[in-house]
Amino acid sequence: MEAYLDNSATTRVAREVQELMVQVMDRDYGNPSSMHRKGMEAERYVREAADRISGILKCKPKELIFTSGGTESNNMALIGTALAARRAGKHIVTTVLEHASVTAPLQFLREEGFEITQLPADGRGTVRLEELKAALRPDTILVSVMYVNNEIGTIQPVEEIAKLVHTACPKAVFHVDAIQAFGKLPIRPKRQGIDLLSVSSHKFHGPKGVGFLYCGEQVHLHPIIFGGGQQRDMRSGTENVPGIAGMGLAAELAYRDLAGKQEHMNHLRRHFLEGIHQLEGLSVNGWDETADGDAAVEKRAAHIVSVSVQGVRSEVLLHALEDRGVYVSAGSACSSNHPAVSRTLKAVGVPGDLLESTVRFSFCPETTMAEINYALEALGSVLPVLRRFVRK
Amino acid sequence: MPRSAVYCQQKRSRGADTIMAAPKAGRFQRNPHAPQRSVLTAKRKPGRGYHYGRAEGGPFSELLEKKMKYQAFLIKYAEIGVKGKNRYIFEDALVKRIGQVLAPVEGDFIVTKENGRIYAIAGEEMDFDEAVDALQHVFGIAWICPVVQLQDEGFDVLKQKVVDYMRSCYPDGGFSFKMQCSRARKNYPVCSQDMNALIGEAVLEAVPTSHVDVHKPEILVCVEIRDHNINLYSSRIPGAGGMPAGTGGRGMLLLSGGIDSPVAGYMVAKRGVTLEAVYFHAPPYTSDRAKQKVVDLASQVAKYAGPIRLHVINFTDIQLYIYEKCPHEELTIIMRRYMMRIAETLAKENGCLGLITGESIGQVASQTMQSLVCTNAVCTLPVFRPVIAFDKQEIVDVSLKIGTYETSILPFEDCCTIFVAKHPVTRPLLHVIERSEKKLEEKIDELVKIALDTDEVIECR
Repeated sequence: MEAYLDNSATTRVAREVQELMVQVMDRDYGNPSSMHRKGMEAERYVREAADRISGILKCKPKELIFTSGGTESNNMALIGTALAARRAGKHIVTTVLEHASVTAPLQFLREEGFEITQLPADGRGTVRLEELKAALRPDTILVSVMYVNNEIGTIQPVEEIAKLVHTACPKAVFHVDAIQAFGKLPIRPKRQGIDLLSVSSHKFHGPKGVGFLYCGEQVHLHPIIFGGGQQRDMRSGTENVPGIAGMGLAAELAYRDLAGKQEHMNHLRRHFLEGIHQLEGLSVNGWDETADGDAAVEKRAAHIVSVSVQGVRSEVLLHALEDRGVYVSAGSACSSNHPAVSRTLKAVGVPGDLLESTVRFSFCPETTMAEINYALEALGSVLPVLRRFVRK
Repeated sequence: MPRSAVYCQQKRSRGADTIMAAPKAGRFQRNPHAPQRSVLTAKRKPGRGYHYGRAEGGPFSELLEKKMKYQAFLIKYAEIGVKGKNRYIFEDALVKRIGQVLAPVEGDFIVTKENGRIYAIAGEEMDFDEAVDALQHVFGIAWICPVVQLQDEGFDVLKQKVVDYMRSCYPDGGFSFKMQCSRARKNYPVCSQDMNALIGEAVLEAVPTSHVDVHKPEILVCVEIRDHNINLYSSRIPGAGGMPAGTGGRGMLLLSGGIDSPVAGYMVAKRGVTLEAVYFHAPPYTSDRAKQKVVDLASQVAKYAGPIRLHVINFTDIQLYIYEKCPHEELTIIMRRYMMRIAETLAKENGCLGLITGESIGQVASQTMQSLVCTNAVCTLPVFRPVIAFDKQEIVDVSLKIGTYETSILPFEDCCTIFVAKHPVTRPLLHVIERSEKKLEEKIDELVKIALDTDEVIECR
């Protein structure tokens, strides 16, 4: 048996999405910028995808910029805002829990003369609002927060943060990295006060190499890719039509019966957590409803479970599980030569000896109870063996 | 004064300048004329400080512009030349290997051996850079000379062709040169010495900024009159050296993912040895990516050495068994002894005559003299350790040259490091290690047998 529990890394492309993409590549392969009919046909797919996604977000289709994925969306949001607002101020606020596609562009901006404030988080990975309040300044131009953390699944109180930001700094732009949230949580940027929202397609059964940035029409953004002037000059380059069409359909499928899917994944999660707690020397990072009570349900995404395993290195555990057909990801990529400890895990206070012993299980709506049971069983059987042999 | 005399005059005066400028050149002063004549007529000897054109060793920029001109390569080999009656074995192996590496290169090459030389002649327009790169991966080649092949249309035409060649190859002028003509076809109307003088004169007249230097010419222009055509060449590109692949028997390389073992494999393969390799894989402690890295390394070495058969041995159970039974600080040394045993068994099964490792004295605990004695004690085949006295930096330099460094430094763990003790023994005593190994007697033979039976073979090319 096989259990693919690494859905936060990537997901299988839905069958319908594959078929649509084949149709675009095989039959309607035109360039949406071409003047002739073939071009029109291709453009229709792009429009249709924009309509589908804007229907989900309750925004206007022209507020969407199609990109090559989450990394580009984040880069465009951060660098684009900083370029557009550099005369208004040079202060940017973010958290310690961000993905590299946010921290790296911010590092670049720091070198370009911007000032970056990183907010700490509590032991469950939630940002404290009072610290955010203290960090905001008149010259703050941008606040960037990750909606659902990719390593521990914590949900940030995006609405409260938005309210705070917009009252304290009316001119500041609020960016949300929703790469792990889209398709899993209902998102309404306008109602929630989100100005910029990054999304990647392959996290919700769409194809790789495509994503989008929601950019509210009130936001002034500077393009970071220049050329033929496609997408209203915001993102030049021929649109990835099959990818965009596929993403549009995948988004629609992801939000079809969202409540039912959430319930399913909550159910899987509860069962999985109970199984984890029965094994010795395992601890869950982030909010854990079986320990923190039902109030925690609102504060974490159902599909991500981070587990620290006493006395076993994550890379070894990963390969041992892989041997049994269980696919997970290591909390942090590391080896004896290049220890690269996860900043997120450090920030939520995971003890030093567990930093290199943390793995992430992530589910999708297609994950079955049988897979969960199989994974628990595999985990239970490899742990005693692995614990017997450790570096002394 | 006849024209050829002008050439000789010039030559002589250059010689005199050299003598005056070099007060210590005592042996020239004794008989100023003798060395000139002998150099003129002597066969070229390598390492005498001749420069065959400016292309040597550097970027081939001037050749790049003119690469259209060359239709063939003259392959010069150094060491094979001193072989006796079995020389043909080496030459044939070299011809075969050159044919193999040139097969995928644009140019439809025909590789021939005639009169003790090897030619690779392009049947169509060739991709010069790709062909040179391919040839530089062939062991046994000392020099690669790109050749212009001419038809015999009379001596005057030949002279003009040489002038054209020099003008187009060295358009800036200002070079010093020396003619080196030879005629294998002895009925050619002009003798070699006269050709030297006459063609040299024509070049001098055509390129007034050039001059002749018979001692240290920047460009050695070779004209060879052969039975069916005339070869013209002036540059030589260094080859990989060594002996042709497949002429030196078979060796079993212990290949890890590190920097040293691919270099060791390369160095032994350079002497004509065909390589087989063995890699010890320890899942789940080492990942499939670590294995892929070793396959990539073997493939890179195979570009020089020819196809390598890589044996992947699952070493986990043996390693864990040693871990359980033996003192921890002796783990690495005992592990290595079992690796050597397994490698030797594989070597014997596959007709290999020796083992090859990348060990270097004192580099790590398991490579001290004492440790080497302990690991060596289990082998009956000779163990070749070509980098034994190399510093790390010297090994790195070779790995950079052969293109394995970038792959070697990818951060995947290999099986030697996973359970390594904080303070492993650095001066193990053989009898102590042997006593520790006694504790393994119960199961180890069976585990080794299983490991050998589950050997996975990957062809790397």
